[in-house]
Amino acid sequence: MIQLQQLSVRAGPFVLKDINLAIPTGAYGVLMGRTGTGKTTILEAICGLRHTIAGQIILMDCNVTASRVSERGVGYVPQDRALFQTMSVREHLAFALVIRKWRQLEIDQRVLELSDLLGIDHLLNRRPQNLSGGEAQRVALGRALSSRPGILLLDEPLSALDDQTREEMYTLLKSVKERTGVTTLHITHNANEARRLADCVFVMTSEGGCVQPVPLNQLPGEKS
Amino acid sequence: MPQLPSPPHAPQPIPHRRLRSDLPFLLSLAVIGGLYVVLILAMLLADVSFTSPHHLLSAFASQEIRYAIKLSLLSCTITTILSLWVAVPLGYLMSRFRVAPPTRGPQKDSVLNARRTLLRIAAGLLDSILDIPIVLPPLVIGLSLLILFQVHINGKSIEKILYDNIHIAGWHMSVTYAIPSVILAQFSVACAFAVRTMRVTFDQISPRSEQVALTLGCTRAQAFWLVVVPEARRGILTAATLSWARALGEFGPILVFSGATRLKTEVLPTTVFLELSVGNIEAAVAVSLLMVAAAVIVLLIVRLFGSEAPLGRGI
Repeated sequence: MIQLQQLSVRAGPFVLKDINLAIPTGAYGVLMGRTGTGKTTILEAICGLRHTIAGQIILMDCNVTASRVSERGVGYVPQDRALFQTMSVREHLAFALVIRKWRQLEIDQRVLELSDLLGIDHLLNRRPQNLSGGEAQRVALGRALSSRPGILLLDEPLSALDDQTREEMYTLLKSVKERTGVTTLHITHNANEARRLADCVFVMTSEGGCVQPVPLNQLPGEKS
Repeated sequence: MPQLPSPPHAPQPIPHRRLRSDLPFLLSLAVIGGLYVVLILAMLLADVSFTSPHHLLSAFASQEIRYAIKLSLLSCTITTILSLWVAVPLGYLMSRFRVAPPTRGPQKDSVLNARRTLLRIAAGLLDSILDIPIVLPPLVIGLSLLILFQVHINGKSIEKILYDNIHIAGWHMSVTYAIPSVILAQFSVACAFAVRTMRVTFDQISPRSEQVALTLGCTRAQAFWLVVVPEARRGILTAATLSWARALGEFGPILVFSGATRLKTEVLPTTVFLELSVGNIEAAVAVSLLMVAAAVIVLLIVRLFGSEAPLGRGI
């Protein structure tokens, strides 16, 4: 599970205070909020990329507040995907496994498994420069899932995609959830994404934190 | 069909106006800028027309000039390696560790802001220190190096301490007026250019990929070697070629710190100076053309394979 308890994080000139959030194991959580409210900051704090001022971050029943980034076991897909420009898709999928010193045979097997799950078998030898937006998103997702993390963090994964690719990504994200059982936190400002994917939704109400759980039928922008 | 009354601020048709051609403006820019290009080409052409294959061959047959070519190639290569050795880590640190902006509004933290202001001043100071070799007159760099090695520690100059303590099989380390001084003089200037180039290179690589590598299980060192360095390879090549070219052209600091002794501390710019001072202009021009050729090759390498950003930013 993903649990934030009384978390305070500095985000540029302001501080996000007393953030509480809990996503049960295997659930798909969506964090909504307007641009600039600090959604990405929360995701970065969970990854360990941002220093926390107070509070606790608990991932899969483990308090990781003071742990290093590489020890947290999270899969992270940033908004700009941040693919490695000098590596092929195959190398992206194998990267975390090579770092973990898996055997070559196991790496090859896992790469095939992931490329099958994400429908990118035909792209394995391509480099990021030759991928479309949707393809790059799949590769970033595959790279994040490669080492079988318990937690998946997605920063606006469907922004800047055309309608058809977005529909494909909805199906893909649902199938990833079903087949891997990974606990996911997806941040977005789009109520439709929350409606289509979420098991639980949280809304950041204003600048300075305050994350509230919201029932699926009362999403922001939804007519009551 | 009844005519609708036109609204009070209806768009008016654009009145026909005769516009002057843009050509004279663009042409005058091209002429003014072109004069400088003509000056550069004229200088090179003058050099070429002043010499002949016979002059070139006789210059390169000279033992002193052959020594100067060898020493220049060797010292520039060592300088380039040393410059990269320093510039890659320094450029990376300066690019990645930036001081955050001060806190504002109701959550303002005065202690944190004071610390950040101090760090900002320190970073600015470091930045300025790294510009010193670029803005100082070259002769002053040579003089400063000369004085540095004569500074006394416990009654002995640094030069003497090195001489007494570093020796291999009867050979004693000597810096001033010896080959190490040539490399040190070249390094002092060339490294500053390499640091600037590497910093711009790392600034252009998003820290995001590095952060993702950390989430994938890398240590900072692994993320640096596996993700950042491969993405910075064009910048590294640019830094290497620029510092090599800069080292090749270095003269002022070498003249002061290393002297101009033939077959000892003579590099190509020293040769041009020495040949000119004895009136052998043909040999001076022949060596100059060799340096021009080296500079053109370096520029071609940077344009074809390197990153253009540092050149674009005026380095």
